[in-house]
Amino acid sequence: MQGFIPGSVLGMILLFLCLFFKIIKPDNVKSVSVVLSKNMAVFFIPAGVGLMVYAEILSKSLFTILAAIAVSTVLTIVTVALIQDNFEKRRAKGGTK
Amino acid sequence: MINSILDQLRPIFSSEVFLLMFSMGTFLLGVLIYKRTKITLLQPLLISMVILIPFLKITGIDYPTFFQQTRILNFMLGPSVVALGYVLYEQIEQIKGNVISILTSVFIGSVVGIGSVVLIAKAMGADRMLMASLAPKSVTTPIAMSLSEKSGGAPALTAAFVVICGIFGGLVGPVLLRKMGIKSKIAQGLAMGSSSHALGTARAMEMGAVEGAISGLAIGIMGIMTALLVPFAEHLF
Repeated sequence: MQGFIPGSVLGMILLFLCLFFKIIKPDNVKSVSVVLSKNMAVFFIPAGVGLMVYAEILSKSLFTILAAIAVSTVLTIVTVALIQDNFEKRRAKGGTK
Repeated sequence: MINSILDQLRPIFSSEVFLLMFSMGTFLLGVLIYKRTKITLLQPLLISMVILIPFLKITGIDYPTFFQQTRILNFMLGPSVVALGYVLYEQIEQIKGNVISILTSVFIGSVVGIGSVVLIAKAMGADRMLMASLAPKSVTTPIAMSLSEKSGGAPALTAAFVVICGIFGGLVGPVLLRKMGIKSKIAQGLAMGSSSHALGTARAMEMGAVEGAISGLAIGIMGIMTALLVPFAEHLF
């Protein structure tokens, strides 16, 4: 697992823990955090424009790539949403779980 | 004539200040268009790419130069993920009592996501390199690229798939969740973040603060789960 979790995700967890254990005051990071997290998409511009370099491979296998990504993304959304929704409904009913 | 003018202007066009301002400008234009029209396909990032790619082609600026000059934007991707830690903290009440269900749903979601993308690509005749590049498509770029490299894919190609996946999930996700009749904000946020990382989260933020925060949490969990699962997925290649 070492080296698998990138710094940004570790940073997110650390920031959360620091706030949780009151090491950092929420007001100190609030404004910058809100601005950054509301405008995340802008930081994808350099990676997004990178599509131009792979125009050839992309166009050759375009259908395969799009089909695989589209179906898989839809399946992921459906699975995650349904499972979480079910857990909540069962609990709301006062079921065994 | 036009070429000589272009040659004169290229040093300006390829400068850091110009490319950064131009990138941000196209994005702001995209935000404006998106807010006016409310058409989901007109995502600011997509509008930005549609203007920037032809611009670079016409002016003859290559991608490494562009990336170098706008690297601060790419760098800020990291801090913006860190910032989600705060968003998450604000929503802590929502997470309490949901830890097991969140971990279970994201785990199964990542198994389904990785398995399906690899198997579909394989059935359609993709080679090993392509499958390895596709497998980590649902996680945030830095994790996806390192996973892709470890399993024999092309990291830069993976970065492209991550963006495609994010744009697609961001477009389809909210519609799909509405059609499915999912009311739970946690379920919506989890689905967006675990399928489409930060771009899904950007859309989840528009749905609401709870959805956004949970989506941010899902990026992290999905990243860790995917890192653990990809080595097993290699057996499918």
